[in-house]
Amino acid sequence: MIRVRGLTKHFGAAPVLDGIDLDIADGERVVIIGPSGTGKSTLLRCLNFLDVPQAGVITIGDVTVDAAHARKADILALRRCTGMVFQNYGLFANKTAKENIMEALTTVQKHPRAEAEQRALAVLAETGLADKADSFPAALSGGQQQRVGIGRAMALGAELLLFDEPTSALDPEWVGEVLDLMRAVAERRQTMLIVTHEMQFAREIADRVLFMEGGKIVESGPPSQIFGAPQDARLRKFLQRVEG
Amino acid sequence: MRALDLDYMLGLVPVILGYVPLTLFMAGAGMVLALILGALLAVERVAKVPVLDWFVVLFISFFRGTPLLVQLFLFYFGLPQILPSLTQIDGVTAAIMGLTLHFSAYMAESIRAAIVGVDRSQWEAAQSIGMTQGQMMWRIILPQAARVAAPTLVNYFIDMIKGTSLAFTLGVTEMMGAAQKEAAGSFLYFEAFLVVAIIYWVIVEILSQGQKRLETHLNKAFVR
Repeated sequence: MIRVRGLTKHFGAAPVLDGIDLDIADGERVVIIGPSGTGKSTLLRCLNFLDVPQAGVITIGDVTVDAAHARKADILALRRCTGMVFQNYGLFANKTAKENIMEALTTVQKHPRAEAEQRALAVLAETGLADKADSFPAALSGGQQQRVGIGRAMALGAELLLFDEPTSALDPEWVGEVLDLMRAVAERRQTMLIVTHEMQFAREIADRVLFMEGGKIVESGPPSQIFGAPQDARLRKFLQRVEG
Repeated sequence: MRALDLDYMLGLVPVILGYVPLTLFMAGAGMVLALILGALLAVERVAKVPVLDWFVVLFISFFRGTPLLVQLFLFYFGLPQILPSLTQIDGVTAAIMGLTLHFSAYMAESIRAAIVGVDRSQWEAAQSIGMTQGQMMWRIILPQAARVAAPTLVNYFIDMIKGTSLAFTLGVTEMMGAAQKEAAGSFLYFEAFLVVAIIYWVIVEILSQGQKRLETHLNKAFVR
């Protein structure tokens, strides 16, 4: 269960998030769409305090953090309820694919090494990269790196997975395999919050789509409504642009 | 012009070689301490701890901005006059202290630049999985910074080995001091200092071979 109330973020005087309220049920898959620079990524990054919001209350599972007086320990606890997949993968370049997945399990969650290794190998098998366990990121294609990135987030057993434009930096030839893996994650009813420009993908897997503009959630509903019967004029204009 | 006294030089080689362990001890101890101090200073420069940052900037500025010889004299001859408890410090300790402080200032800047060079998304990924700042630095950032900084750090180590010859001015009988004493008896200054120069050169050349192997090792994660 995720609950966000009054989440607010300014860069200087410009508001990027303007009092966002959002509830996500367990197992719900929510996709955020909208024009560039409207706060979609910032919303994700504020949920785990990679960007620090100025105000708002965030509850993920049994951790609640009030941005007005967030302590370091609260922020760490919040981050440990979430996993994040980055546009530029963010794989640790000094660690192999397997070690990238093990790192959080051993260093943060304090699982024994042998157990973490087993879990990492199982996750790599699910991502179709069992034979790349001992490869360093530099030796992997963009698509393979992003699949390891998704595997790393999956292995955490986190309450909520955040995907920040996971296919935007990929060459077109690798987009399909990454979306396939995300579909597989979605099928397990893992709670997911996804920022993407892949509209077809959003239609397929989202339980709910949020349209953001100007730091606000302008329209929210099932894909059939958002794509089939958009209410807000700005959403209609946005869809015309991206769907041509 | 007279001919070189080769027999004298050959006889001197084992004498000077006997002081190589002391040279390597001073340089080795100085290197280890300077690396630790330099890394701490670098991490502080990146984190910019209020107030402390101001002292670190001043420290780096002073130890980069003044000659090593002047610093050694300040520690060995100067400080004991101000802090009488330091009169017990021997030349070797003072030399190691001086080398440590001097080179840590240089290393701090190279390590800082290497830390900042680690791709931003890796910092964020480390934070996103709930790592503490210390875990992120120690396990993700510093190992990669080490690879980038390694060639420069080895250069400082070479400088440091040669810098140990200044301990001679603090009354330490190391390679340079030994050669000076030998030459004072034989008057064959050119031969004596030439032997010292060649021994330094050989040490540094051996080290440069080690540098190649170190760099290959540190690069193994980055081979496509």
